[in-house]
Amino acid sequence: MDSAFGDQTFWSYLFVAVTFAMYIGIAVWARAGSTDDFYVAGHDVHPVVNGMATAADWMSAASFLSMAGLIAFLGYGGSVYLMGWTGGYVLLALLLAPFLREFGKFTVPDFVGDRYYSTFARIVAVVCALFVSFTYIAGQMKGVGVAFSGFLGVPFEWGIGIGMVIVFFYAVLGGMKGVTYTQVAQYCVLIFAYTVPAIFISLIITDNPVPQLGFISNAAGEDISMLDKLNGVVRDLGFLEYTSTSKSMFDIFCITAALMFGTAGLPHVIIRFFTVPSAKAARVSAGWALLFIALLYTTAPAVGAFARLNFIDTVNEATYVSGDDYASAAQAIEAEGGMPIPQWFKSWEQTGLLSFEDKNGDGKMQVRGPQAPDGLENEVIANRDIFVLANPEIAQLPGWVIGLVVAGGLAAALSTAAGLLMVISSAISHDLCRRTLFKNMSDTTELRVARASAAGAVLAAGLLGLFASQLGFVAQVVAFAFGLAAASLFPIILLGIFWKRMNKEGAISSMLVGLISTFAYIYYFKFGGGVPADYWLGVSPEGIGFVFMWVSMAVGIIVALMTPTPPQDIQDLVDDIRVPGTRRAHGVADAGMGPVSVSREM
Amino acid sequence: MAETDRRGDRKGYWRATLKLTLSLLGVWFLVSYGAGILFQEYLDQFSIGGAPLGFWFAQQGSIYVFVVLIFVYCFAMNRLERIYGVEG
Repeated sequence: MDSAFGDQTFWSYLFVAVTFAMYIGIAVWARAGSTDDFYVAGHDVHPVVNGMATAADWMSAASFLSMAGLIAFLGYGGSVYLMGWTGGYVLLALLLAPFLREFGKFTVPDFVGDRYYSTFARIVAVVCALFVSFTYIAGQMKGVGVAFSGFLGVPFEWGIGIGMVIVFFYAVLGGMKGVTYTQVAQYCVLIFAYTVPAIFISLIITDNPVPQLGFISNAAGEDISMLDKLNGVVRDLGFLEYTSTSKSMFDIFCITAALMFGTAGLPHVIIRFFTVPSAKAARVSAGWALLFIALLYTTAPAVGAFARLNFIDTVNEATYVSGDDYASAAQAIEAEGGMPIPQWFKSWEQTGLLSFEDKNGDGKMQVRGPQAPDGLENEVIANRDIFVLANPEIAQLPGWVIGLVVAGGLAAALSTAAGLLMVISSAISHDLCRRTLFKNMSDTTELRVARASAAGAVLAAGLLGLFASQLGFVAQVVAFAFGLAAASLFPIILLGIFWKRMNKEGAISSMLVGLISTFAYIYYFKFGGGVPADYWLGVSPEGIGFVFMWVSMAVGIIVALMTPTPPQDIQDLVDDIRVPGTRRAHGVADAGMGPVSVSREM
Repeated sequence: MAETDRRGDRKGYWRATLKLTLSLLGVWFLVSYGAGILFQEYLDQFSIGGAPLGFWFAQQGSIYVFVVLIFVYCFAMNRLERIYGVEG
């Protein structure tokens, strides 16, 4: 990129180089010596440390770069992401994490396979875990490629390559142990990079340095609240009011719920809670995780609203500046009493994230909604990522801040990718190889297989990232990850803990019903030519996982009641995991692998 | 003392846990699905600072309550575990 980015490119290189060196350093320091280290970081991660790692694990490139912009465009409709991606942690803390920790094994399919005393159930769970994780990781690798090509002038493919090398280091060498400690570092980088520009933009728009308070304050120097002003501004341009939505209440309800239950059922989030020493630690760790996540998730809606207001204020009806010499052209426009477009618009236009087409030929940029009262057409198209990316410039912060944002975006993408890689590699080396195909494999061999499958998963993820950008399907398939986790994994884990009578037959039919119905519905409406008018009960594909979750649970319960009760060993096991500190080994359930000691206290 | 009586009562511990879980999930439902979605329009006639209340719950308030809920759960569970003599 040219002069507008010159200074910032230097800082971006510097920050990226420094943070990457730090991640590699941590990886070398936190090498895994055993399968215990590799899968669950030796079960002795401090709850607060795990909370921070979970927050980085959870917040992806999409949370960091796209969410604020998405909310800026959707207004109230964006609330589904805010509530959905945080409320799931309440379910996780109260219904799943402490009990799964007490169960004391390595992976989510471990729980399914052993609790339901069935290899087939384990394999179905492996399929769900792999599908969900691969769907998710493609987007992360693509994000890494975009960050590199957009800011550092490195070709897209090289960017993905560099990302793969970095992740390879700490995921393959360090396993879960390496991933945990790099995620902690990545959380610090990403939250700092997110809050600094947010504080300054909050000061500009509302005079309040705390974005969460600025969100409910008056617009700077005016006697009207920021949100009322924003509502008025967007209404006058023919958009929907910011605090309302065009979606039906039922659809909003279902999407929020699918995201919440999906969050609680996502394997890469669940396995983080296997790394702490006890059930008690798992509970409090979920609290810390959500606190760290909430720091970003309560800032994002404020940033979204500020950015929307500022964008319309500075861009709408501004005179377009063509040519390369922005400064003198802008001066000339101001001399005539006009308002030139802001400099950041000019520099971001080159990235293709912003574009302007002068449809009515008046030389000014009109921002309009679908029902514009003056009948003018919209002339400005903005990619939603622009709001976070351009924030430092909008707030007129020095060049190094944008370097920080680049490093933050990469931290968010790499930390999530690493967490997903752990799910993929453990599903293959532990659940498929050790627990299903080669039951006599030694610990040393398993560790070697685990490293090899992590390496293979890194390669596969990189390739997926490359293809994802060519096919442009990433955004379309995110609905899959949450829908499938909610409809196929969540119900059987929940019932496995809270209903002793749940048996193998019930679990398998529940998982299959959830998996197949959700997959078919989403596929039909996203790729198979289905139209919104045909939505079942008016529920969009994003929310259907919630509906099928109930269907899956109902089927599971009915089938379980019609088939034999589970063995006594299993019922005793369920009794044990409900009461912390009482876990003993139980025949059928622990024949393949004993539970780890859970009595250690922090 | 009543507290020592309940040591080792695994069934009682589990019942108390379920009761606590259900009441906290009730709050969880009320702040998000209730205040943020089902009653959003009604609550929007009130405001908190400069934001309509229902909208605020959907984008801020529910998240704060979620965090508090988990820590309340931890606190209450630690108490239950002391009462029932569970190791945690």
